[in-house]
Amino acid sequence: MFRQAYFDEPLIFEMSREGKVGVLIKDDPTGAKTDVRKGGIAEVPSGVLRGKLNLPEVSQIEVVRHFTRLSQMNWGIDLGPYPLGSCTMKYNPRVNEDLAWLDEVQQIHPEQGLESIQGALELLYRLDRMLSSLTGMHKFTLQPAAGAQGELTGCLIMRRYHKNRGDRRDEIIVPDSAHGTNPASAAMAGFKVVEVRTGKDGCIDLELLKGAATDRTAGLMMTNPNTLGLFEKRACDIAEVVHDAGGLMYYDGANLQGIVGRARPGDLGFDIVHLNLHKTFSTPHGGGGPGSGPVGVKEHLKDFLPVPTVAYKGWRYQLDWGKPESIGKIRGGYGSFPILVRAYAYLLSMGAEGLRLSCDIAVLNTNYFAKKVSKIKGFSIPFGSAFRKHEVVVSAEEMTKETGVTALDVAKALLDRGLHSPTIYFPLIVKEALMFEFTETETKENIDRYVDALKEISDKAYAEPASVKSAPQNASVSRLDEVRANHPRTMCLSYRMFLKGQERDASS
Amino acid sequence: MLKNHPYIPNASSAFEEMLRDVGVSDTEELFKDLPKFHFKIREMPKEPMDELSVKTEVMRVLSKNAIFRNRCFTGGGPWFHYIPSVVKHIISRGEFLTAYTPYQAEMSQGVLQSLFEFQSMICELYDMDVANASMYDLPTSIGEAALLCSRVTGRKKIIIPSSLPRERKSVIINYTQPQGLLVKEAPYSAEDGCLDQECLKGLINRDVAGAYVESPSFFGTIDDDIKGVVDLAHDSGALAVVGSDPLSLGVFKPPGEYDADIAVGDGQPLGIPPGLGGNALGIMACRDDPRIVRQMPGRIVGLTQTKDGTKRGFVLALSTREQHIRREKATSNICTNETLLALAAAVYMSLMGRDGMARAARTILGNTKYTIDKLKRAGLAAPVFRGTNFRDFAVSLKNVDGINKRLLKRGLVGGRDLSKDFPDLKGVGLFAVTEVHIREEMDVLVSALHEIAGGT
Repeated sequence: MFRQAYFDEPLIFEMSREGKVGVLIKDDPTGAKTDVRKGGIAEVPSGVLRGKLNLPEVSQIEVVRHFTRLSQMNWGIDLGPYPLGSCTMKYNPRVNEDLAWLDEVQQIHPEQGLESIQGALELLYRLDRMLSSLTGMHKFTLQPAAGAQGELTGCLIMRRYHKNRGDRRDEIIVPDSAHGTNPASAAMAGFKVVEVRTGKDGCIDLELLKGAATDRTAGLMMTNPNTLGLFEKRACDIAEVVHDAGGLMYYDGANLQGIVGRARPGDLGFDIVHLNLHKTFSTPHGGGGPGSGPVGVKEHLKDFLPVPTVAYKGWRYQLDWGKPESIGKIRGGYGSFPILVRAYAYLLSMGAEGLRLSCDIAVLNTNYFAKKVSKIKGFSIPFGSAFRKHEVVVSAEEMTKETGVTALDVAKALLDRGLHSPTIYFPLIVKEALMFEFTETETKENIDRYVDALKEISDKAYAEPASVKSAPQNASVSRLDEVRANHPRTMCLSYRMFLKGQERDASS
Repeated sequence: MLKNHPYIPNASSAFEEMLRDVGVSDTEELFKDLPKFHFKIREMPKEPMDELSVKTEVMRVLSKNAIFRNRCFTGGGPWFHYIPSVVKHIISRGEFLTAYTPYQAEMSQGVLQSLFEFQSMICELYDMDVANASMYDLPTSIGEAALLCSRVTGRKKIIIPSSLPRERKSVIINYTQPQGLLVKEAPYSAEDGCLDQECLKGLINRDVAGAYVESPSFFGTIDDDIKGVVDLAHDSGALAVVGSDPLSLGVFKPPGEYDADIAVGDGQPLGIPPGLGGNALGIMACRDDPRIVRQMPGRIVGLTQTKDGTKRGFVLALSTREQHIRREKATSNICTNETLLALAAAVYMSLMGRDGMARAARTILGNTKYTIDKLKRAGLAAPVFRGTNFRDFAVSLKNVDGINKRLLKRGLVGGRDLSKDFPDLKGVGLFAVTEVHIREEMDVLVSALHEIAGGT
């Protein structure tokens, strides 16, 4: 039976004992008499010096044990299935980690002179070429820190493009099945979001789109395969409608896994693409970042890309600070370099054929799972029986109606079996949604085990629903009190607030 | 088609059986709905490369990079600070490395508690009550803070010091302009490089949503009257955003003590290597004011308990601010942040503790003063801005580029050419020394600069 580790682990602050140190740090090696507490530096006005700094005082072994114990209370791909839909939780190859931790990657400075970072620039240049060739784009910026920032970059490019043409366009069309970041990014870039409803077949309704695309349309943001795991088969017609209206086509690469190596967004009529290197290109999710969200554009938009990009001129790699049309900078530096190194190594490890194989097997895994799960009582797969691509959305609506067991309950019950849950309650257009993505790095044995677990949960839901609703029992902790976490009276967002809360409780 | 790959277990023995169960004879059938375009993926190998060849090839390319470490004296960030060995070991653990955003809290207590501790230590360092789980980097933290100020006050003007480097200003504009915010620059004083309060007085009025000020400034100078700026902002009903280097807070007064509403910073000095400037960690914290907290961008971890009340636990709090729920009405589009680097910073701060942070800051302060004094004695025009410098300091040279080339020949990396960001600062280089530099290394820099640039 599965049992996740649980340590009654105190907060690092609660472990603090006066005088302990975690690492020895030299104090003032130059002998410049800078002991500020003794007023050693006449120039430092005492008014700028701080009083007590309340950081924990803990020895080294305690720090190591603390965080090691915490790590054991955390689930990762290394431990087992992690089929979070639209997150592409694939294996993170360790050879890429070794390469990312080389001194030639971590110990270099962006201002140390281009001659001394030719290797880094070459890698960035080659990665740009590879990604361009894979997606059918002209050029990439590797700057954006994550997918959502890639979206913002893309929207800012659209904004600048239209402005440059003297065209006032203030709307971006987003399907109702889109990831939440799409409308949020469009809004951050100053656009009004126009939502188009998904048709009966789970794809964008072309007629509705025709009505929405006007001379106010700056562009359409589209995920393809969409969040239902369906390929938007009218992609080329959609592109035509949007282009005819004068808008641009934006490709959200969150779901590129479903077509990588088999179709290219550029060929499908997209003008701008963002990729999530931490999804399709295997770089680790790191518990929530750092990610990387490169943005590629067709040739007519290349001048709008953020600066700098890497160019190869005169037998050396240079930084191209671009044209006045550029949107400028979207973040500091040239991108999440160590992440980019990992993605580059991954692309070499796969080759074009390996990527295509990854696509095929990811899609095979998901359809294999979909076929089996659709036979389980209480679960159904909405929007028709067409083959899914890399992910599938299952609805537990029937189960909820019949037993009261919800998608959330199912998710928690999966945790009890040593299986990470799917993404839940997304996309919003499916009731009691469970969105599964079995990447190509998952084994058949684990998919079978997952299906068996769902079957068992379904049986339990119909026999004794209370037992499912009380899950999880085998995860580190049982179900947590979200209301308490968000209620103004009990909300606690830092150790400080925790102490204040204790004081308040003691006095009341 | 390939028959196997180490990362793809079902490509070999399970393949045929799975095809059969799905009811297809070939994976081609799963892709019938894809339009047929003929394309060739050039620019990358056709077939997978073996692991040894991948390593060899990537290392061959990267070997063209030179490593300077503590022979690098470039200011303006990122910086070479000492990183205790424990940090890398902890953040390389697969349980952290290969997890994602803790959507399933019960199974992700490790990341959640670590982030809660990161937030808590940032709050102590900056003297704030609430910190989020990270932003991308400092420039985006400032941009998001500006938007936050506007949401809270309903006003549209933001004031930033003109001493920010060009790229930081560009990011701020990209974050704020689409919302119709107007960014005004308040000039820095030629005297000490800090925000000129007289000029600020002329700019600040009832239209201003927020004023941003930082200490140390980009030039490394400590502003001894942050409180004055904060009061000016508050007097006109604006919020005060204060930026500080986290390591400097080992000795210097934190933003909270100046009554800042929002604090921001660049977390890279907290146990994170420079990585070509790509390992950024944006810090953002605020006072416990519900108007501000409810408008914060980004993930925030909260402490709660199990529903049965038996155990303490952690969850993502205030999710209703975020894009996956609020969509276009969210406080920000940020989803993936810099969690693993926030974890690195948490481990770093745990190891350093109050004593280590103070020691490192004192050493940096001492080394900065030592180098500046020595440059002065060698007849060089340092520092350009008077006052206390922390780590970064500007030196007036005639030709920064030319001098840097000659320094490089001696294996040293010189100052950042400030004329690229500030046309007024022609011939000025921004240098930095940290706690990793030993006296001999600083001496080498001083004598090299003396020989190349000469003294007066």
